[in-house]
Amino acid sequence: MRNTFADTFYEAGKTDSRLAIVVADISPAGSIAKFREDFPRRFINTGVAEQVMIGLTAGMAQRGLRPFAYTIATFALFRPYEMIRDDLCYQNLPVTVVGIGGGVTYSTLGATHHAQEDIGLACGLPNMTVIAPCDPAEVLAATKWCVTQERGPVYLRLAKAGEPQLTTDAVEPWEFGRLRHLRRGTDVCIISYGPILKMGLELAAELEARGQSVGVASCHTLKPLDREGIIQALQGHRQVIVIEETTPNGALGQQVKALAWECGARCRLDTFALDDAFHHVYGNHAELLAAHGLSTAAMLERITKT
Amino acid sequence: MLRNTREADEALRRCLNWRRRILAVSQQVSALHVAPAFSCIEMVDAVYFGLMRNGPDGRPMDAFVMSKGHGVMAQYVMLEHLGILTRGDLDDYCTARGKLGAHPDYGTPGIEASTGSLGHGLGLACGMAYADRIQGSDRVTYCMLGDGEMQEGSVWEAIMMAPNLGLSNLVAFCDFNDFQGLGRTRETHPHFYPLAEKLESFGWEAIDLDGHDWPTVVEAVRNRQGNKPLMVIGRTVKGKGVSYMENVAIWHYRSPNQTEYQQALDELAAAEAGIPA
Repeated sequence: MRNTFADTFYEAGKTDSRLAIVVADISPAGSIAKFREDFPRRFINTGVAEQVMIGLTAGMAQRGLRPFAYTIATFALFRPYEMIRDDLCYQNLPVTVVGIGGGVTYSTLGATHHAQEDIGLACGLPNMTVIAPCDPAEVLAATKWCVTQERGPVYLRLAKAGEPQLTTDAVEPWEFGRLRHLRRGTDVCIISYGPILKMGLELAAELEARGQSVGVASCHTLKPLDREGIIQALQGHRQVIVIEETTPNGALGQQVKALAWECGARCRLDTFALDDAFHHVYGNHAELLAAHGLSTAAMLERITKT
Repeated sequence: MLRNTREADEALRRCLNWRRRILAVSQQVSALHVAPAFSCIEMVDAVYFGLMRNGPDGRPMDAFVMSKGHGVMAQYVMLEHLGILTRGDLDDYCTARGKLGAHPDYGTPGIEASTGSLGHGLGLACGMAYADRIQGSDRVTYCMLGDGEMQEGSVWEAIMMAPNLGLSNLVAFCDFNDFQGLGRTRETHPHFYPLAEKLESFGWEAIDLDGHDWPTVVEAVRNRQGNKPLMVIGRTVKGKGVSYMENVAIWHYRSPNQTEYQQALDELAAAEAGIPA
């Protein structure tokens, strides 16, 4: 994901001299290093200083540039949260804040490096747009949108490197603000975003093996949420399942539940998210997710309970 | 030398008028930040009338960010005089029918940034100055900070970055009125001072002067080295110009009653009588 972002940003930056990137001491991978070499004046490293990273991007945007801020998600969003709120959101400036390592991606680093609550916090900000692609192909599409958008501030939530492609056979293209069906099904609809969507695909395979017709959708744009698309999913299936790698408060699961109430949905609705807790667990990413109750087996057990 | 020139006398007169106008607005609303505006009046006036260059339309080409947002009345009255804000805008200050609040709001004519939460303006000003630099603009960005505000860590992140980015087109002011919410800044943070040496060690040019002495402020900025960002540390008096407000904490946010208002006007008139015609 990181490399796809860097490649896409570099390519766009070759033709649009307004694009700039401000990083906070994160080693510039791949094409960002190339961007730094080719366009040194449009690359700033603030060092270990995230508040001024946001302040700089805001001031630069006020002078017509299109800056991106880039660091680990906890430091991109949590540390300078009030700068993001006042400088970017209140002033409604077209700045993209890129958070690397959303959720518990950095599974061995402890909760100081886990952006567990990022989706709810980012969605809570007026004027903010929140995008969380599920695979490198969606990172490409989302980054292309971010480099040209004039809407306002964006939180672009990425994982790290080496994520598999999940959308190669998708039945719908990526479109900003639209729930994207990757495959259609008539009985169950699984809605997810971010790399954990892979677990949704595995769950779909298990349910298909049990004779159900299962659709899977990527809700890559968390804000503005595709209310219509979600309401259609709620009204068009017997069961809807939401899977997300973030704590529940203010995240997708709660919003889908609210929409279900608003539209009088009759379907069964199961939501899966990280626990609202700090788990002092270290291991690989799958082990961290399992510690939060997120594994295909655990989900299968819960959703097949009557 | 500017001292005792017609230009300096005019500045004195203007600054008395800014204070009169702010006091007049204070009679429309129950509370307004009079004292924090009075402490920075001469420095803000120096920016608008002694330092900024005007474009062909007669409006400033350079930029001013009021980072200590609670001082914005000082800026509003000058923007009114320049025709960037209207009399009606100030008449409707802090009312639902108006557009001016107690803190600057980006999008208001003449206002560069939404501030009020302390510790934001200098980082924004650095971003503006950097973007101007790489886009070939010779605009100068001025930024007014409070001395209490200097305690914010984010200010020091910006202080660290400005020389790294070569921002010789950035001029900051510290309104050193020696007051913050709970007391004197020099008493709450005695080891934080002096400031000038700290800024110099961070790669800034720093000048410590009397922030009410308009000619000194203007000349210090005009004669700056020009190869570094500059911080003017202006020693000021909170509530400057009205005897009962000077260094009295309550005037951070209180409006004078009718008797107090009249006394303030009398004191300003007496001060004006001392300026050569």
